[in-house]
Amino acid sequence: MNKKRLLFPALLLIAIAVFAEESITTLRPNQAITEEAEPPSMANVVNTDIRQERNYPMQPPVIPHKIRNYQVDLNTNKCMSCHSRERTQASQAPMVSVTHFMDRDGNFRAEISPRRYFCLQCHVTQTDSPPMGKNQFKDMYEVIETNKN
Amino acid sequence: MWNKIKHYWQLLWHPSIHFSLGFLTIGGFIAGIIFWGGFNTAMEFTNTETFCIGCHEMRDNVYNELQNTIHFSNRSGVRAKCSDCHVPHDWTDKIARKMQASKEVWGKLFGTINTREKFLNKRRELAEHEWARLKANDSLECRNCHNFDYMDFTAQSQRAAQQHSTALASGEKTCIDCHKGIAHELPDMSGVEGW
Repeated sequence: MNKKRLLFPALLLIAIAVFAEESITTLRPNQAITEEAEPPSMANVVNTDIRQERNYPMQPPVIPHKIRNYQVDLNTNKCMSCHSRERTQASQAPMVSVTHFMDRDGNFRAEISPRRYFCLQCHVTQTDSPPMGKNQFKDMYEVIETNKN
Repeated sequence: MWNKIKHYWQLLWHPSIHFSLGFLTIGGFIAGIIFWGGFNTAMEFTNTETFCIGCHEMRDNVYNELQNTIHFSNRSGVRAKCSDCHVPHDWTDKIARKMQASKEVWGKLFGTINTREKFLNKRRELAEHEWARLKANDSLECRNCHNFDYMDFTAQSQRAAQQHSTALASGEKTCIDCHKGIAHELPDMSGVEGW
């Protein structure tokens, strides 16, 4: 009885192991563990200043410029020296959206909410490197179109 | 005492008895070269990075932070050392700054910023001194390398070209107005214009 109980999970584990070996690509594909891989060259940050299209309405917009050494900490927030409400006229940068002024209870505050303070949690720069994997993301209109047919 | 001073004073205005004119003039000339050269060499030494980071206050705080920035590590290998930004290049201005720096010797002796905490507490004050200095001399130390006349706006990003061709070109703003904290971390910036 006990042996039979163990048999099925054991088989399952073996199946998973075999399957995993075939499908999972590691960060060092086809690279012998004893050899060091040639690292890909460092990518450049896109610095066009042209606003990028969003893939869905709620997507945090990506940063179209370099942010090297931008300080965002207890002392100061470099991003906000252009994107804050008071600075947008001088900088002509887009203001952070109103949702950033909401606290967790949905009340609008005068200042950026602390939970939105660290810009890079959601907003990121883009690089000119080729994508590492195949991206199967479809725009919602594309999805609607495919479902129609 | 007074007589002694009087004696030496009068001695200065008498012709020399033991030394020849040649010895005094040529010797004086050579001694002048040595002293002047030695003075300038010693002063140049205080402009070197080895001298600046000889103290842990500079090495562990500001120098450490500088290393991540574009003024230390970049594609072309041109790099700014401490004195490039913090000491004027012209001789008279340099002497003036060096005299001011005697305050820093005082600070070193009495350990004004000899711990990280003390340094962080004083950072706003120290930063304000540097901002004021660069504001007053129209960011001279920036302009020693970054010459506005030779800026190619087409090679700059749109944003940079826009700001440099308007605010900077008109003289309404100077480098430090926007580029605070490019080489070191910033203190609490509350109340600073533009932040």
